[in-house]
Amino acid sequence: MSGAAGGSTDGSRNKRHVLSVAVRDKPGVLVRIAGLFARRGFNIESLSVAQSERPGVSRTTFVVSGADDTIEQVEKQLQKLIDVLTVVNHTAGRSVDRELMLLKVAVRNPDERVEIRQIAQDFRARILDVARTALVFEVTGDERKMDAFIEQMRPFGIVELIRTGRIALERTAAG
Amino acid sequence: MTGSEVVMKLLERHGVEVIFGHPGGAIMPIYDALYDSPIKHVLVRHEQGGAHMADAYYRASGKVGVCFATSGPGATNLVTGLATAMMDSSAVVAITGNVASGLIGTDAFQEADVYGITGPVTKHNYLVKRVEELPQVLAEAFHIASTGRPGPVLVDVPKDVQLAKYDGPLDSEIDLPGYKPTIVGHAGQIRKAAEAVRAAKRPVMIVGGGGQVVPREVAELVERTGIPVITTLMGIGAYPPAAEESLGMPGMHGTVSANKAISHCDLILGAGLRFDDRVTGKISRFAPNATVVHIDIDPAEISKLVKAHVPVVGDLRDVLPRLTQELGPLDIGEWRETLAGWKATYPEKYTLDKPLVSQEILAMLREATAGECVVATEVGQHQMFAARMLPTTKARSFITSGGLGTMGFGLPAAIGAAIARKGETVVLVAGDGSLQMNIQELATLYKENLPVVIAILNNGVLGMVRQWQELFHAQRYSEIYLADSNPDFAKLAEAYGIEGHNIHDRETAKSAIRAAVAAKKPVLLNFFVYEAEKVFPMVPAGAGVDEMILGDQEPDAHRVPEPVAR
Ligand SMILES: Cc1ncc(C[n+]2csc(CCOP(=O)(O)OP(=O)(O)O)c2C)c(N)n1
Ligand SMILES: [Mg+2]
Repeated sequence: MSGAAGGSTDGSRNKRHVLSVAVRDKPGVLVRIAGLFARRGFNIESLSVAQSERPGVSRTTFVVSGADDTIEQVEKQLQKLIDVLTVVNHTAGRSVDRELMLLKVAVRNPDERVEIRQIAQDFRARILDVARTALVFEVTGDERKMDAFIEQMRPFGIVELIRTGRIALERTAAG
Repeated sequence: MTGSEVVMKLLERHGVEVIFGHPGGAIMPIYDALYDSPIKHVLVRHEQGGAHMADAYYRASGKVGVCFATSGPGATNLVTGLATAMMDSSAVVAITGNVASGLIGTDAFQEADVYGITGPVTKHNYLVKRVEELPQVLAEAFHIASTGRPGPVLVDVPKDVQLAKYDGPLDSEIDLPGYKPTIVGHAGQIRKAAEAVRAAKRPVMIVGGGGQVVPREVAELVERTGIPVITTLMGIGAYPPAAEESLGMPGMHGTVSANKAISHCDLILGAGLRFDDRVTGKISRFAPNATVVHIDIDPAEISKLVKAHVPVVGDLRDVLPRLTQELGPLDIGEWRETLAGWKATYPEKYTLDKPLVSQEILAMLREATAGECVVATEVGQHQMFAARMLPTTKARSFITSGGLGTMGFGLPAAIGAAIARKGETVVLVAGDGSLQMNIQELATLYKENLPVVIAILNNGVLGMVRQWQELFHAQRYSEIYLADSNPDFAKLAEAYGIEGHNIHDRETAKSAIRAAVAAKKPVLLNFFVYEAEKVFPMVPAGAGVDEMILGDQEPDAHRVPEPVAR
C-alpha cells in the first residue's frame, strides 16, 4: 500500500501507475475508461474526477495496478477514446500528488485526547469536529503520509475513515 | 422540421443511398420521415442482419453503411453486428430510436441501456439529448466512422427528440479535440523502414485488412522491389493471389508456403494488420529471426502483440507510396527461389475420394466466375476452404467475419455486398450451421432479387468444431450433429421464392453452378459433402506457425495437385 507514484511494486509483475486523464465532460466517458481498465485486467485502486482549469474538461486521476507491459497498451487505448484529450502517466519524481483523508478516531479519556492531538499536530492534520468520545481529522498529503497517520491512530480505535484517492499534476520542467 | 426529418435530411446530405433497417415503436417518427425520403430502405427480417448488411456494404464499396433499429430488443439485436464491424474495422452508422427522454431510466416499455451496452462494441456512440444536437452528432458520427481506423458509431435518438421541432441550420462544425488520427507517416520512420527492407535478405510483406484501401499501392511496392506477399484473411484481394510473389494466407489454416516464409524470414513488412492470434500462433515462435516493420493507422496496434522494431503510424495511402519511393529492386533472388520451391512442393490439393468435395466445388465456382465475383462467407471450415480456394483478385471483394468470427454474417453480408456492387455476382460460401443463424434474410434476398449464388457446403455438422473434437478432444463429438434435423435447404429456398437445388454429385454440381452464375438472380445450391472433411494445414491452438499439422497437404503422389494459379 505504499510507494511513490508509478514506482512501486506489490511483489508480482504488477506495478502501480498513476494516470492523469483529461476528458471532455460527456456522459459515459468514465464508464468507457473503467471498462477499458477492467477488460485489460487492471485493478482500479482509486479514482478521482474533478473539474480542471478548462471549462468542459475534467481531470481524472486513476491509481491502477497491472503488469508493466500492458500499461503502454492501456494508455494507447485510452488515447483512442474520442472524448479523451490527454493521457499522462505520472512516473516518480516528475509529478506531485496529493490525497485527502477524513478520519474519525475514538477518544476514551483526557490523556488519550492530548496524545492524539499531539500526533495530529505532527501530521499537520486539522481538527474538523470535536466530540466527547471522538475527533474527526482532515489530512492531506501523499499516500505514505496517509498510511503513517492511519498506523498512528489505529491503537486508539479508528471509528471511520474515507480517502479521496490520489490526484496528480506534472511538475513544470526546470528553467 | 421535426427531429426525424432532420435525421433523414442529414443522411441525404452525407450521401447515404441505402439504409438497412427494421421499424418499431420508438423509431416510428423516423420511419415516418423515411416515407418521404428518396433514400432506399431495405427491410431486413432481423436487426442483426441489418447491421451485417451495412457492414458488408461498407466493406464492398468504401461507403459508410447505415442501419436503423428500434429501442430495446431492436437495438440489442444490433450488438453482434456492431461487434463484428468493430473487430474488422468497418464503417457503420447505426441509428436507434429510444424511449422518450423523460422515460429513460424508468424501465419503460422496450427500454434498454443501449448507450451503455454498445459502448464497448463501437468506435464511439451518442445519446442525443436535444434536437439541436442532431446536425453536429450526425456529422461527427460519419466523420468518426469513416476516418482513421474505420469503425461503427451508434446514435441513439429518444422519441421526443425525433418529434421535436427544429428550424436551425443543418450544417454543423465537428468538434472533436480528442480525435486526431495520424494520417501522414513520419519521414524518419519511413526512411528507417526502407533501410530495414533494403538490408533484408529474406523479407516478406504481410498485408491485412488495411490493405483493402491500397491494392494499387501494394502492387507498386511489390513490382518495384520483388518482395513476396502474404495476405491475411482480411487482406484477401489486396494483392492478386495468383501472382508469382503471392504466398497466400498465413496462420492457423494458412498455406504451408506463407507459414514457412514467416518462420524463415529475416524481415516482416507488416501493412494494415493487427497480428491477430489466428495469424501469429504462439508469439514466441512467430518470425523469430525477423526485424518487424509495422505500418498501421492505429498506434495502439503497434507492439500490442508482436514487437515492432520499426513502427510507422500513418495511413497506408500516404506511407506505402513514400516507402516505395525509397526502395528499388531487392537482391533476394535466392529467397524467392526458396519460396518458389515451397510453393511447388505444397500446392493446394485435395482428393476426389467422395462424390463431392468442398474444395472442388470452390474450384468450380472459381472457374464459372472466372475469379470475377464478390465472395462472402459464413464462418467455419467452408470459410477457410474459401479463403484458400476462392480468394478474390480484387480488393473489397472477399467479405468475411475475420475478427469476431460471426456465424450468421455471411447471408446478410452477401446481400449488403450485392447492393453495394450492383451488377456483380456475389458468391456466398456457407456452412449448413452458419446459414441457419440468419436464414430469415432469404426473404430480404428474395425481395431485393440480387444476383447472389448461395453455395452451402453441407457437411451435416458444425464442421470446424467437429475437426477440433476429432483432433484434440479424442473424437468425442459433442453436440455438432446437424444432419438429422437440417431442413431441406432447396425446399426452404423455394418456400422463400428462391430457386434451390440439392446436389449430390460432381456432374450436377458443375452444370448447376454454371447456370446459377449465369442466372443473375438468387439461387441456392445445397452441396452435400462428407462430414469428416478437415481443413489442413492446421496450426493447433497455442502452437507455433512452424508446427503445422500438414494432414492431407503432406506432399504425396496419390493426390491430384490443384494449382492455385489461374
Ligand atoms: C455465433 C457463433 N456461434 C458459435 C461459433 C463457433 N463456431 C465456429 S465454426 C462453427 C461451426 C460452423 O458450422 P458450419 O456453418 O456448418 O460450417 P462448417 O465448419 O461445417 O463448414 C462454430 C459452431 C461461432 N463462430 N459463431
Ligand atoms: Mg457444416
